[in-house]
Amino acid sequence: MTKRTEYSHALDLQNGRVEMAHGSGGKAMAQLIDELFLQAFSNPWLEQMNDQACFTLPSGRVVMATDSHVISPLFFPGGDIGSLSVHGTVNDVAMSGAVPKYLSAGFILEEGFPLADLQRIVQSMARAAEDAGVAIVTGDTKVVERGKGDGCFINTTGIGVVAEQLNLSGNRVQPGDKILLSGTLGDHGVAIMSLREGLTFDTSIESDSQSLHDLVAAMVAEVPGINCMRDPTRGGLAATLNEIAQSSGVGVTIYEANIPVKLQVSAACEFLGLDPLYVANEGKLVAFCPADKAEQLLAIMRKHPKGKEAAIIGEVTADPLKFVQMETVFGGRRMVDWISAEQLPRIC
Amino acid sequence: MKYVDEYRDGKLAREIAERIRTEALPSRLYNLMEFCGGHTHAIFRYGIPDLLPDNVNMIHGPGCPVCVLPISRLDTAIELAVTHGVILCSYGDMMRVPGSRKRSLLKARAEGADVRMVYSCMDALKLAQDNPDREVVFFAIGFETTTPPTALVIHQARKLGLKNFSVFCNHVLTPAAIGSILDSPEAGELGLLKLDGFVGPAHVSTVIGSQPYERFAEEYSKPIVIAGFEPLDLLQAILMLIRQVNDGRAEVENEFSRAVTRQGNERAKQVVDETFEVRESFEWRGLGFVPLSALQIRPEFAEFDAEKRFPVEYRSSAENSACECGPILHGVKSPRDCTLFGAACTPESPLGPCMVSSEGACAAYYSYGRHQDSLIAKENA
Repeated sequence: MTKRTEYSHALDLQNGRVEMAHGSGGKAMAQLIDELFLQAFSNPWLEQMNDQACFTLPSGRVVMATDSHVISPLFFPGGDIGSLSVHGTVNDVAMSGAVPKYLSAGFILEEGFPLADLQRIVQSMARAAEDAGVAIVTGDTKVVERGKGDGCFINTTGIGVVAEQLNLSGNRVQPGDKILLSGTLGDHGVAIMSLREGLTFDTSIESDSQSLHDLVAAMVAEVPGINCMRDPTRGGLAATLNEIAQSSGVGVTIYEANIPVKLQVSAACEFLGLDPLYVANEGKLVAFCPADKAEQLLAIMRKHPKGKEAAIIGEVTADPLKFVQMETVFGGRRMVDWISAEQLPRIC
Repeated sequence: MKYVDEYRDGKLAREIAERIRTEALPSRLYNLMEFCGGHTHAIFRYGIPDLLPDNVNMIHGPGCPVCVLPISRLDTAIELAVTHGVILCSYGDMMRVPGSRKRSLLKARAEGADVRMVYSCMDALKLAQDNPDREVVFFAIGFETTTPPTALVIHQARKLGLKNFSVFCNHVLTPAAIGSILDSPEAGELGLLKLDGFVGPAHVSTVIGSQPYERFAEEYSKPIVIAGFEPLDLLQAILMLIRQVNDGRAEVENEFSRAVTRQGNERAKQVVDETFEVRESFEWRGLGFVPLSALQIRPEFAEFDAEKRFPVEYRSSAENSACECGPILHGVKSPRDCTLFGAACTPESPLGPCMVSSEGACAAYYSYGRHQDSLIAKENA
């Protein structure tokens, strides 16, 4: 790869900090791109150094998704904002059954942000992109004054291609469909919460942040009749199930006893007064498929390393009120409502 | 999870539910009030109403500290943050509660006030140490469970010689609220409320013990069973109450014997007594002014009393006139009797106290129990 120009000093990636000049469009920005982004993301499209990337897509329908990442803290057990910004968008594309192909990356950096941290983030993004089989083909960098950002924000947009015969959508779910969950709930949210100010508690829980493209590929290859897939991120499983119930005009019943939750996660939720159903995940998916295919799909998921703990957690019902309900371990039944905002810890 | 799952065992639950069905006399109703919001939450979260026969009614009492805090006290807290520029520290579930003109602590924060969510009053003390040039106020709410930590933090502040820390005290007393319900016209001369017994508080009782409830059993002939917050605790307590009613007994029984004694926690009671004194009267949302029902900081600790430290004035504020939370907290009406419920009043936009926290009867009913309405509608169709 060739540099645009020779810079008098190499970027100080050990002790340097982001300066306003790094977003100014001048030489400093070119150097940041050359010595950091191009180094890490290296691919033929980016190296053309155009303001856009030009590529041909394989046949099929094109799928596109975008996601902005503002997570705090930027580094957390199991990941960081860089890997998360790839996983989040890759998963949004993949949930349509598509193969994710290309990403864009937009950075909003705060003046004074350590370049060493930025490098860690960018390298982590590069690894995550490679693992997910996607190329980061175009990008943008802006710098905001100190105090006007939170270190680093990243927007990514992804493009993928879905086979013509696949048609997965939130409005295609049918009464009688079974609901499958790919693994344990709440790992990401609890890992983040354990680091929040005033709430440091010791836990070995790591975020589940991961790309699900390969699990999805295995699932749609064997069971093309899946009606819908979603990754239950913010708002947790509860928000996802309510979204689907609304879009498809159906009811949902889940069984608490079938829902996998790690012991540590359920313990943390217990003392924080939170419900794991509402806690965020970044590497899990929910799939809705016809009942006669559910066992086959479950077997495929469990065979895949990212779906080892998959379970059939419930089914879709005909319900004009579009309620999501849960049969509790206790033998009762309750609503799983769509809450309006983030859960707040209860006083007692 | 050890020591938790044992109390959520579905098989045991079905066995106790079966005993309840066998022992509850079909010829009568059993109206039982769980006082605590924690119990209300557990009842709905685990779907306990599904396990009870139709003639065993759970009535949801006023034991949710967030719900019963009057709007004007919340307004004062917001005023401390906005007008007096303090760092105001609050427990999480207080943050979204709307005060006057629907202004909450979260909205005040969005407007620039320095409001921090803390998980413990010790965090507020730490903030005061870390910000010596700022006034830090801890917005203290809660029943007897959260009072001892507040007392300790005041003692700690004195020990550390902190000059920038104070407490806005809103601690309230459980026995006074139970007395207020039993003395209310609804339960007395109006005869609207036929209350057959109480599920007594869990965590509150670990502090105050079971002894303070004895007068309700003696003077009002109401059975009380103190129960833990786990669903099996609740079912067992309901069974024990039904047995007392059937036997014509009115006693204080303790289902939560793994944590509650008759005397309670002497050390905690002592530190509370050293730090606080009883207010002549305190306003409760839904119950009105209740004499001797809340605590204030003793004059010896006035320097840590935000009400003394800042010129704040108490103004009573009006509730929505259609709101039925008063009768609901008194057990005379159910959330579904209220015209505002689920329409104008929802957890996103609560009008009345019972909707503001997930422990409130209306919020718990809305979030966890709305499917019951559709079942009832189907039966009636």
